[in-house]
Amino acid sequence: MSGVRLKDLVGKKNPLTEGHRMCPGCGAPTELRQAFMGIDDPVVVVGATGCLEVSSTVYPYSAWRVPFMHVAFENAAAAISGVVAAHSVLAERGTAKKNIKFVAFGGDGGTYDIGLQALSGALERGHDFTYICYNNQGYMNTGAQRSSATPRGANATTSPAGSVLGGKLQRAKNMTEIAAAHDIPYVAQTTLHNPADLISKVRRAVETPGPAFVNVLVPCALFWKIATCDQVKICKLAADTRFWPIYEVIEGRHALSYTPRTPLPLEEFLKAQGRYSHLFRAGAERADIVAQAQKDIDDDWEKLLRKCS
Amino acid sequence: MSRVKGGVSWRNTPPGTVTFGASAMEVETGLWRSMRPVLDLEKCVSCLKCWVQCPDASIMTDEDARVCGINEYFCKGCGVCQAVCPAGAISMRPESDFSDCGKVCEPDKVMQLVKNTGMVGELVGS
Ligand SMILES: Cc1ncc(C[n+]2csc(CCOP(=O)(O)OP(=O)(O)O)c2C)c(N)n1
Ligand code: SF4
Ligand code: SF4
Ligand code: SF4
Ligand SMILES: [Mg+2]
Repeated sequence: MSGVRLKDLVGKKNPLTEGHRMCPGCGAPTELRQAFMGIDDPVVVVGATGCLEVSSTVYPYSAWRVPFMHVAFENAAAAISGVVAAHSVLAERGTAKKNIKFVAFGGDGGTYDIGLQALSGALERGHDFTYICYNNQGYMNTGAQRSSATPRGANATTSPAGSVLGGKLQRAKNMTEIAAAHDIPYVAQTTLHNPADLISKVRRAVETPGPAFVNVLVPCALFWKIATCDQVKICKLAADTRFWPIYEVIEGRHALSYTPRTPLPLEEFLKAQGRYSHLFRAGAERADIVAQAQKDIDDDWEKLLRKCS
Repeated sequence: MSRVKGGVSWRNTPPGTVTFGASAMEVETGLWRSMRPVLDLEKCVSCLKCWVQCPDASIMTDEDARVCGINEYFCKGCGVCQAVCPAGAISMRPESDFSDCGKVCEPDKVMQLVKNTGMVGELVGS
């Protein structure tokens, strides 16, 4: 976390410009702008379909200052693999700069679900690139359908909270550990309330030769049903409740980056968001789901601690 | 489509892609704003927290890397900057409090921009 001074980053032009059409208060552009602050070299970006890609490339405008490619929803990792391979040939011939960094991003849908196969292949082949998942825990661009990153109990249009269901029935899958299981050189999980952490993790990811995966929790103001001004507060709650542990896996070694001194009860994170309001409705409280969700994160934290020791 | 005479179909859409990088800098997302952040430079300690957390890169800085203003052309009024400011230097006020509210949206100018894209035919009634 050391060595990041915001003052030094102010003068740099960010690859993602203003004028994009993400909703007011969306966490995704904040997160990606912070991520790029960790990269000094020229950068080539590939984006999977999703809010960030759609809203940064509304025809005929582009919010990209750097070479940017979009192919489809499911194949950002395959697309960047080809770009990296092509570049290595050109660099060898001396017709392209050597020091270019390659970044692919995808939402949780494009990463945990439909893009998983392409991502797994790219990680296994070992291309030198960084994959950033901006994880807003649902298919937000198409109206908040549940994904495998949607947590237990969250309301989503395809796991709706009502008189029958209390939101999503299953827990979120652990994509960070799935990436780590590929034995790649660098994996990290973080969020955006502590920019120094995010920036230094992305810096490490791009500086590490070979594939790197960074999973960043980002609020979707619209479908998490939070005030547009609350993205930073919510991310801090995610870390302080251990809902979203901040850690990295360097050459297979797990290390926690942040340990909340006294972890807050998960309820504080849940109650701050409208997507969980059905769990706390007077007279129809779902303490059972809240308890199960708390157990999910307690179990995960124990597992993580064992890996860190 | 039915409201557009001689409008586009896939047949007469120019093939292609976006010609210019960073062209979104022309898009005035500030028109979306219903609350306006007001910065009190006397109180600002230039910690840059608002700058690093603004989703729309609308916190302006000077050559000494100090916060110097808010870019109202892009600012969408989310209030993140106010929420993270440790010095209470930013307050959010309704757009309607300002005499220039709404003036930024000039229908004729918008219509001209639409026509300039060459992408639409004559709108019915125009
Ligand atoms: C193959 C395919 N299936 C479905 C879609 C429709 N689609 C576009 S964006 C999107 C959701 C993206 O979700 P996520 O990756 O989580 O990004 P977010 O929008 O949440 O930022 C879907 C389903 C598509 N473009 N391509
Ligand atoms: S729907 Fe959600 S993720 Fe998409 S732009 Fe809006 S706030 Fe961001
Ligand atoms: S957060 Fe507040 S004190 Fe810090 S730079 Fe912004 S306006 Fe100034
Ligand atoms: S209100 Fe939102 S968009 Fe406007 S300057 Fe503040 S953080 Fe940026
Ligand atoms: Mg998503």
